[in-house]
Amino acid sequence: MSMKVSSRQVDGVTIVDCSGRITLGEGSVILRDTVRDLLSKGNKKIVLNLQDVNYIDSSGIGELVSAFTTTKNQGGELKLLNLTKKVNDLLQITKLYTVFDVKDDEASAVKSFK
Amino acid sequence: MAMTEQRVSYTLDSSLETIDSAEEKATIIATELGFADDEVMQISMAVREGAVNAVLHGNEYAPDKKVILAFERTGDNLVITIRDQGKGLDLSKIPNPLAPENLLKTSGRGIFLMRSFMDVVEIRPSQTGTELKLIKHVHGTTAGGKEASQ
Repeated sequence: MSMKVSSRQVDGVTIVDCSGRITLGEGSVILRDTVRDLLSKGNKKIVLNLQDVNYIDSSGIGELVSAFTTTKNQGGELKLLNLTKKVNDLLQITKLYTVFDVKDDEASAVKSFK
Repeated sequence: MAMTEQRVSYTLDSSLETIDSAEEKATIIATELGFADDEVMQISMAVREGAVNAVLHGNEYAPDKKVILAFERTGDNLVITIRDQGKGLDLSKIPNPLAPENLLKTSGRGIFLMRSFMDVVEIRPSQTGTELKLIKHVHGTTAGGKEASQ
């Protein structure tokens, strides 16, 4: 299953609902384009909802890191929401869990932005 | 593929499709051998990462270069070999992705993930390509039972 994204606004925060696989190729490109598009339109408070992301590879992990740093470099914040166990485990073993701000419910994710 | 053959190998193009195909084959074979779901995921992910390295960093998508993928059941091990026809991986240039200065790098985690997921990872670079060997021990009775019945 390829990657699909849809964005919605909640109290000034952009929630990007992602589903499928974030892997080398299409999945990574879709994520990259989505985040760049949001930033170019001034949406700098971004939450990636990964609830329905069932697979991610090292390229996908790299794309998450890229999205995080690109957003930060433009004065924004990017957080992760609702990680599946697989994605959670990957972020743990790569020590990226300490880098990302990971939330497990949408309301607190939205509230956490300054 | 039937692992009754004990060994199967595939010659694949240097393309993105090869990466998905390698992962798919690994999933099927690991499942057939009776690995648990989380182990199947680990094996298929390690193979995917190995295939990514072979296609991107080894063969650099060159249409005249191939990726050789082989699965072999030897005793209590599933042995997977992925060989490319590139210039040979320079192991000294592989950074530690867990080092604080590398945490925010967008690449360089593939070999680390393979080592995290497999019992043995051997990388043999040469001037005619890199050979990667991934080994997962077969645990539990299901896989052993399957082997005994074949």
